[in-house]
Amino acid sequence: MELKAVGTAGTLESSDVMITLEPTTSGGIVFDSFESSVINQYGRQIKAEVLASLERLGVKNAKVIVNDHGALDCTIKARVECAFYRGCQCDMDGKFDWGGVIR
Amino acid sequence: MSIPRPKPEKFRLRRTMMFMNAQKPGLIKDAYIYGADSIMLDLEDAVAENQKDSARFSLYHALKTIDYGDTEVIVRINGLDTPHWKEDIRVCVAGGCDGIRIAKTESAKDVQIVDEAVTEAEKEFGVEVGRTLLMAALESPKGVLNAYEICKASPRLFGVALSGGDYRKCMQVKVIPGGIEMLFARGLMLNAARAAGIQCFDTVFTNINDDEGFRAEVKQNVEMGFDGKSLVNPRQINIVHEMLAPTQKEIAEAEKIVRAYRENADKGVGVFTIEGGKMIDIAFVPGAERVIRLAKASGIYEGDL
Amino acid sequence: MKNAVGREIPEEALAVKLTNGRQYEPYQGKGYRDGKYIKKAGPTTKVYQKPIESKILPSIRDAVIACGLKDGMTVSFHHHFRDGDYIVNMVMKEIVDLGIKDITIAASSLGSAHDPIAEYIEQGIVTGIQTSGIRGKMGDVVSHGKLKTPAILRSHGGRVRAVEEGDVHIDVAFIGAPTSDEYGNARALGGKGDCGVLSYAVVDSEYADKVVVITDTLVPYPNFPPSIHGVNVDYVVKVDEIGNPKKIASAAARMTQNPRDLMMAENVAKIMAATPWFKDGFSFQTGAGGPSLAVNRFLEPLMVERGIKMSWGIGGITGPICELQRKGLVGKIIDVQDFDVAAIEDIRTNPNHYEMTASEYANPANKGAFVNKLDFVVLAALEVDIDFNVNVITGSDGVLRGAPGGHPDTAEGAKCCVIVTPLTRGRMATICEHVVTVTTPGDCVDVVVTDYGTAVNPNRKDIIEALDAAGIKHVPIKELQEKAYSMVGRPDDLQWKDKVVAILEARDGTILDVVREIKPYEI
Repeated sequence: MELKAVGTAGTLESSDVMITLEPTTSGGIVFDSFESSVINQYGRQIKAEVLASLERLGVKNAKVIVNDHGALDCTIKARVECAFYRGCQCDMDGKFDWGGVIR
Repeated sequence: MSIPRPKPEKFRLRRTMMFMNAQKPGLIKDAYIYGADSIMLDLEDAVAENQKDSARFSLYHALKTIDYGDTEVIVRINGLDTPHWKEDIRVCVAGGCDGIRIAKTESAKDVQIVDEAVTEAEKEFGVEVGRTLLMAALESPKGVLNAYEICKASPRLFGVALSGGDYRKCMQVKVIPGGIEMLFARGLMLNAARAAGIQCFDTVFTNINDDEGFRAEVKQNVEMGFDGKSLVNPRQINIVHEMLAPTQKEIAEAEKIVRAYRENADKGVGVFTIEGGKMIDIAFVPGAERVIRLAKASGIYEGDL
Repeated sequence: MKNAVGREIPEEALAVKLTNGRQYEPYQGKGYRDGKYIKKAGPTTKVYQKPIESKILPSIRDAVIACGLKDGMTVSFHHHFRDGDYIVNMVMKEIVDLGIKDITIAASSLGSAHDPIAEYIEQGIVTGIQTSGIRGKMGDVVSHGKLKTPAILRSHGGRVRAVEEGDVHIDVAFIGAPTSDEYGNARALGGKGDCGVLSYAVVDSEYADKVVVITDTLVPYPNFPPSIHGVNVDYVVKVDEIGNPKKIASAAARMTQNPRDLMMAENVAKIMAATPWFKDGFSFQTGAGGPSLAVNRFLEPLMVERGIKMSWGIGGITGPICELQRKGLVGKIIDVQDFDVAAIEDIRTNPNHYEMTASEYANPANKGAFVNKLDFVVLAALEVDIDFNVNVITGSDGVLRGAPGGHPDTAEGAKCCVIVTPLTRGRMATICEHVVTVTTPGDCVDVVVTDYGTAVNPNRKDIIEALDAAGIKHVPIKELQEKAYSMVGRPDDLQWKDKVVAILEARDGTILDVVREIKPYEI
């Protein structure tokens, strides 16, 4: 599975995070923009969670935009994964790898 | 990392089942704090058509990471007439929810189709087959008329619930104080559930500012024999719990029955009398035990049973 | 040097010069200055022996000149007009336009209405800020080290003490008033933008060398009974508008419908009812928002059930407490500030709703303020730590964005101080190991109610016993903090620079904590 287009998931509501992934061919994972209402206390952890999710999903290169309003780790994972599969343009009701790369 | 959940109990107290949009992180992170017996994470009506995928990812990680404690976690999946339900079942089973609510159930076959898909998913994700419970929501006259067949359709099925919004639309009626428009559906469904030996839950009351109307409806629910009610707002939880709580007189009576039963069962006696001369047989016992359970859950039981 | 709440107070802060030469000390614990003496610092005022017909001047500019405002002086304001205030910005613009520099603003509070002041701070024209609240752009520039001297943040009671004791000397007080006569008798009712009371400004009118009343509604002499007495006023200026009436008084403090807030509020009411002070004739103060305001609604059935009444309620007043009084459940309302139209309407017409001064409300150095007779106070918090210290001023980014207000005053005075707050807000753990800034010391905080459970300060054995007797569950506060961290993760420590940008004074004038310049976060 590979990013083909820009994939976005999440909202700007409190406790949520909006994640945008844009496919690139080289340069690794680049944070185009990283905003969070709790950046001073949790910026490091949010970034680590996003990177870990992308690694599980096998994303090597992408531009990433994070707009966080205090999401918990479980929400960050969910939004990264959803943005990724949307960017891969796969069937929204297809069989997902629950417990595999999604975990 | 992931939170282990105990094996779901088919027959447990389910006085209150509160709906929560599975797509809203702020809601699902701690939906249990209000004290509902069950929470119902919704993948169906609360989630927009283009967010069905997103809601599943949220749901999966919520089920895996949030400690819901004693609160039962049920997921309402999309109807069998949509392209979403199969993947909904996979995520429910993989995430380890306690039960699945089947929307718009119209026949025993609907339940069996879901049952099979759940079994398949349990095998795929290494979950004990039969662990995941089911409940059926009746939302149409057809569903109501087939209630008894539906109630018997699967050993996973712990209960049946009425969904008033859609049912009223089909019947071309509106909400009537006193519930005359729902009388037949409620009555038939209760009979079907009791005949099949499963639980029965009433529909939501949506006007959250009408406390008086809500209390009147809950009172009727209790009098008709419902086990519990679906809810849309946490503020309604305590009202239901309070109105379902047994009276001190009922508790005292139940205590006598349970104690007498335990003493006599040891001696092999099946019919016995309790204080006051009332004849009691084993058929009274489950009801009495239910009263004690309700009293404990309502925080008003001070005995030692 | 570490103070009584375990905060390191640097020499730099202890060395800050107060006008009267008083030497700062670190916070020593609850009631430290009790029984000691202060010498009040009187102002130098002008004699008006020869009769004049009117004190009205044509403009604020004329008043600034007439007062002899010069470089290095201190000017003061009140915050009864809240987010609708025009006075601070109008006056400061004239001062700046006249080329006067090195100004200290000593306000009862400052808010988001005062963003333009941030620019004067950056330009080095405003060099000192003494206030309760600091928010918006001003909070930002101060947190980023742009103010020349550390801002001094005080509670409402602490401010009165500081002015009376001479820690700060006000050269010119500018007092916005909804109505005034030509001699400066000023009231908070009967104008275009009524604010109900002028409690916070009274000490300014009594202790400033020069006093200017600014109004948009001149009324015939004598404007009686006045909140600000004309005998203390030098000049009166009429302007078109003192503020935006819509923002001075919100339509109505809306009762929250949030089920989480309501659940917490109900639990607070039950806890209050389980203590020995919940009896006929009790006294009470609530905050103005969210769960603390909602407590009023849950008190009513408990009071009716027990057949008891509240003898008086104080504080920032809102509609719900007035309503409770109309139902016969409250004897007197004693008012230091009004938060909504309903409260203002009530003080206009209700003979049992009285105005008091900020000193009567909360001053720790007078001979016994209302807070000293208070049974219960219910307050909100940004953070509470495992030592029960409360922070209401710095956000999770370390930036100044709040106000201690009456929080530390009521907390120290009341027999039972209850803090009500959700366990987490978004990803912020409200119950934490160490608050960013201590604004109310933990030795004054008795009970913390969250959506995940209640904790009682172990010092309050009497409250613990009362709750146990009533079967109300409570847990060690450490348990709440651990639950919070298990949900949101352990926060990283904030990164600070060395410079002290603000001093948090305890209400007795010792130093509770300091706020340092925030280091910008880099990802």
